[in-house]
Amino acid sequence: MGNSLTIENIHAGYGAVRVIENVSMDVGSGQTVVLLGTNGNGKSTLIKCIMGICRPTEGRIIADIDGHKHDLIGMTTEEIVDLGIALVPEGRRLFPKLTVEENLALGAFRKTARQQMKSNLDFCFETFPRLAERRKQLAGSMSGGEQQMLALARALMLAPKILLVDEPSVGLSPLLVGRTIDAISDLKKKYQLTVLMAEQNFTQAIRIADSGYVIVHGEIAFSGKSADELNNNDLIRKFYLGL
Amino acid sequence: MRNWQFFLAALAVSGLAYLGTRLIGNDYVYFAGYVVLQFVVLATAWNILGGYCGYVNFGSAAFFAIGAYSTVALHKFPQLSARYLPETLNSVVEFIFPLSIPVMIVIGGAIAGLVGLGTGYLTLRLRGVFFAIATLALAVVLQTLIVNWDYVGGSRGAYIIRPNTTPYFDINYIEYLFIIMLLLAVIAITVARSIERSQLGYGFATIRDDELAAEATGVPTLRLKLIATTLSGAFMGMAGAPFPFYIGYLEPSSAFGLAYAVNAIAMPMIGGTTSWVGPLLGAILLGTLQQVASVTISSAVSLLIVGLLLVFFVIIAPNGIIGLWQDYFPRKEAPARENSKAEAT
Repeated sequence: MGNSLTIENIHAGYGAVRVIENVSMDVGSGQTVVLLGTNGNGKSTLIKCIMGICRPTEGRIIADIDGHKHDLIGMTTEEIVDLGIALVPEGRRLFPKLTVEENLALGAFRKTARQQMKSNLDFCFETFPRLAERRKQLAGSMSGGEQQMLALARALMLAPKILLVDEPSVGLSPLLVGRTIDAISDLKKKYQLTVLMAEQNFTQAIRIADSGYVIVHGEIAFSGKSADELNNNDLIRKFYLGL
Repeated sequence: MRNWQFFLAALAVSGLAYLGTRLIGNDYVYFAGYVVLQFVVLATAWNILGGYCGYVNFGSAAFFAIGAYSTVALHKFPQLSARYLPETLNSVVEFIFPLSIPVMIVIGGAIAGLVGLGTGYLTLRLRGVFFAIATLALAVVLQTLIVNWDYVGGSRGAYIIRPNTTPYFDINYIEYLFIIMLLLAVIAITVARSIERSQLGYGFATIRDDELAAEATGVPTLRLKLIATTLSGAFMGMAGAPFPFYIGYLEPSSAFGLAYAVNAIAMPMIGGTTSWVGPLLGAILLGTLQQVASVTISSAVSLLIVGLLLVFFVIIAPNGIIGLWQDYFPRKEAPARENSKAEAT
């Protein structure tokens, strides 16, 4: 039984603006797949398509959850969340005027998640002990790194099977970027989560990647089956390392 | 406090207020009090969408007018049926009509709620200022429709003769209207308060704070917003339904008056939008002030007062009276929240 995500020939955009052209991807069960690309290449749009926030004009997105296949196109966001696909949105998007605990409680808004709220909450505090210390603190008053942990934990409150992470490094210092990436890789190792992570920071993202895709101008420019393949690719050298 | 306990407490308070008005022994209290209470309902209704969800509705007058005009339409229906319907059907109509005010309130509220649902479905993909403009347009469209609808009086307006007394109690009709509006206010406030402390209220708050984050955590944003527009519209319609009987002569420009749209926004803003207390405070304060100003200075001054107060509060106390209160008397965060959560579950 696995939880995988298959994206087939997706086209998407906003009105007349085409953002994504014919993108296909495979996120295998238990794998961490990184989606690499600089600003404005369609990473977030692709993530939004998976979550049903943005409707693709063509193509299919199939989620295979515990042996059941679901076509995500046409499903509402809350139905997709119910399947066990959770999103850590770009820029964290916490509720700054609520406490850590309340933010986490809101993460379990869905009925299925609410039933296991207590155990999921314990699980989050166990995974991120720092959050347990600060459970009564307002989310907006924490540091960027702690906020990113909270954003991750909020998604975990849904007990997801597939975790989508959109640009976890935004607005964080290099040290914290490293820690956040480590936290994601820990989660994946401990709980066999399937992770799709969109990221700009190539060197950090590549550390935990099982495979990766490079997206340029809305098209997949390169797909690497392993971290090594990604590392030694000319395109990546050109776009990221300036060589 | 549980919801039914709150409802009973609110009933008791309003009962006391009513006894107080009886002691004064002047019917003018009911005329003035009716308007204030009508604004309590309007402001509370606006706050369900505007305060809890953060969607600013400039079209309150439209929903209010829908309630008022549905009453006019129902009131005139027996004449219509006598002229056009066959004998048997007409006798059925004569048996049912004239409808009592509470029934008209329910019908007016249902129609306004449906319009709210429809508007929500058409406009809720818009956010922020675009949503506000769309609701403003709704008011203009509806006013044009009513002006050109001869059955409800068109631009001439419609007369409704207020009976002297009610069939149920031996009291003046205006006193009866006052009691009905008092009950409606109690119901509206109880509903608003129960929303605030429910799962629904938390969902609304996530939409207000960050709609994308709400979607990411699986809050069914569209459905919740539709619930909010429907409820909000319905209560505005209910506030408007008895209005023709109060005013006696209803015409489009008074039913769609600027005062309703402005007051419905200003009152919650001045009181504070995050809690049911805000619209209540704001409506009582502003409504009473306007009534006093109309009597002592001139009725034209009342809107000016609203404008000035609104400017004052936006600058000095952007979170309204409740915000000021919380700044001066900060509550102990943790225990207070713990309590409200225990109640919610």
